[in-house]
Amino acid sequence: MGDLIRYLANRFLWMLLTVWLVYTVSFFLMRAVPGNPFSSERSVPPAIERQLKARYNLDAPIMVQYWEYAKGIITRGDLGWCIRLEDYSVNRVLAEGFPVSASLAIFGLVFAIGLGIPAGVVSAVYRGSAADHSMMMMAVFGIAIPNFVLASLAILLFVFFIPLFPAGGFGTLRQIVLPAICLGAPVAAYIARLTRAGMLEVMTREHVRTAFAKGLSKRAVMLRHVLPGAMLPVVSYLGPATAGVLTGSLVLEKIFAIPGMGSHFIAAATQRDYTLAMGMVLAYTVLLFVMNTLVDISYAIIDPRVKLS
Amino acid sequence: MDKAQTRSEIVQRDAETLAKIFEESRAIRGVSLWQDAWRRLRRRRAAMISLAALVTLCVLAMLTPLIPFQSPIDKDLRNRQFLPPEVAAVSLGNRAGLNFADGSLATELIRFETETATLRSELNAEQNPAQRLALAESLSLRRTVEHPFHQLWNNLSGVSWWMCRARVAMFGDYAIPSLFGTDKLGRDLLSRVFWGLRVSLLVGFVATLVSLIIGVTYGATAGYVGGWVDTLMMRIVDTLYSIPFIFVVIFLITFLGEDSVKAKLESWGVNQLMIFYIVIGAIYWLTMSRVVRGQVLSLRQEQFIEAARTIGASPARIVFRHLVPNVLGIVIVYLTLTIPAVMLFEAFLSFLGLGVAPPDVSLGLLLNDGVEALSSIRLFWWVVVFPGATLAVTLFALNFLGDGVRDALDPKLKNRG
Repeated sequence: MGDLIRYLANRFLWMLLTVWLVYTVSFFLMRAVPGNPFSSERSVPPAIERQLKARYNLDAPIMVQYWEYAKGIITRGDLGWCIRLEDYSVNRVLAEGFPVSASLAIFGLVFAIGLGIPAGVVSAVYRGSAADHSMMMMAVFGIAIPNFVLASLAILLFVFFIPLFPAGGFGTLRQIVLPAICLGAPVAAYIARLTRAGMLEVMTREHVRTAFAKGLSKRAVMLRHVLPGAMLPVVSYLGPATAGVLTGSLVLEKIFAIPGMGSHFIAAATQRDYTLAMGMVLAYTVLLFVMNTLVDISYAIIDPRVKLS
Repeated sequence: MDKAQTRSEIVQRDAETLAKIFEESRAIRGVSLWQDAWRRLRRRRAAMISLAALVTLCVLAMLTPLIPFQSPIDKDLRNRQFLPPEVAAVSLGNRAGLNFADGSLATELIRFETETATLRSELNAEQNPAQRLALAESLSLRRTVEHPFHQLWNNLSGVSWWMCRARVAMFGDYAIPSLFGTDKLGRDLLSRVFWGLRVSLLVGFVATLVSLIIGVTYGATAGYVGGWVDTLMMRIVDTLYSIPFIFVVIFLITFLGEDSVKAKLESWGVNQLMIFYIVIGAIYWLTMSRVVRGQVLSLRQEQFIEAARTIGASPARIVFRHLVPNVLGIVIVYLTLTIPAVMLFEAFLSFLGLGVAPPDVSLGLLLNDGVEALSSIRLFWWVVVFPGATLAVTLFALNFLGDGVRDALDPKLKNRG
């Protein structure tokens, strides 16, 4: 337990460091872009632009802006007001978008694990069979087809030709099925391949032979003795998988008209909505870090040889 | 006497045996790691088919300007929008809007060249320096702006330009019919797919190369130097891992895509595609460096390294002769898996409108167009199916090849067929 607490404290410090790094890099990157949020085609009178800049503290020297904004985040948890989105604070956009994106990501991951692991197990146990070959073909397919193509085909097929699901929106379970499947498909494919490779690897170990020798059924050996060992690479893949799912949701939220964080991000970055883009990046960083930490902890739980450090 | 004779006989017999052994050992051909791997790779049908498919695709992509495709950028909004795949032959340059002489590219090219030739002879005949300068200017202007190629191809580089010339010389106006149909602006999809494949493959290979250089250098340094340097370097990698890079990339690309920045970069000879390679390569090196570092770290403990050190091999020799070849296997495996990832990433960015910008084409851009054209009312399936299938086949082949190479290089699977 003491280990865990020390580990968590350590990770927390690293997270602060990472967040600070991301904050600094994005802050200066954004400010280095020529033009500002108010320099759109419809030009604002100079006096008003001055006032707008003063309102958002954009007229201060850049280092002052840097510290002021950081101070706001640390002391009040305040990410400021959106510059381009009407009457929204960044915190509110995050508060509204985060649950949506997070639940989409969780559904996607659950789908990926639920499909990927059984598929990997089956194809490892029946290695060389038709089921194995077809499933591994499917897996390569899942990896090779971009999920936005998959999403458009799925919409065409399951929304228009066989009207099973609604085309977009968010809220009901039926609305979340298609985007979650499209989001999870590549991850499921990777997990299936990792599970299969892991199972095949573990099957050659001595302890499996012992288990067979003492007369356990094939089923018991596979599920009790082979599968846990095969889960290690899958678990360590879940960190990158989260990143992949978050990235994928940028596109899928656009295609399925889901009001998550991702849908705002591209617009925020291209329209130079400094505050919103910054808030998004920081939120994604924290999310990814938390997910990676969870993965590390579960890794240590599954594999007793691994020490948290 | 007798004794001496037997002894000399024994000596001779020993010498003979030794010579025989020596002879035999000469006859045995050592099988290097690579020969062995290649032999095992050849036995895997999926990997070999993938390799053949990849080589074919790469060669076709490289020779695209030489193949008599239609123009990838010439629009025909009047009567070629969304044509389904067809086999009717097409002649280059006969669209009325192009205003080519005789509606033929070959004739137009000849006309253009005779015109520039007369201009040049005028230039040579001209004595007045001011006149001469004006003439030279108009000549170069004609060449850079009015050349008929500019209406059919976008931004040809030196080599592609000559390949296009050769193609006109070889095939004249003949162009392969629109076997893949046409898109929403009436452009031929077959040629667009190949020009797009060219860009996508290039992005894949170059960006992977960039990541390879950064990753291997970084990882090998960390692994070989060891100690606190290693700890620090890997800590940095860990920190970078938890940064959601896609967002940083989006920032970077919006920043570098800004007109004034773009103009500045272009004055240094860096165009947008190059930025793209570097940016993507710069984020894909993390895993590579980890893999290489892990390998180098474990190899340093191996006995053959120790043995090399004992017989007095220099550190440089150890690194390049003993460590690098052993790391190379896993690096190649990782490469074949990075290239598809990079190509997918390119498609993803192009889909978001942040990647390759028109009039350049890439498979991602084509897919984006295709997805936009998908609707339930009229099914323009070919606009998404053909680019999608091309991308999928390429990625398929790369993945299968990667798997095959990994198995072929895996010492645990040696002698298992």
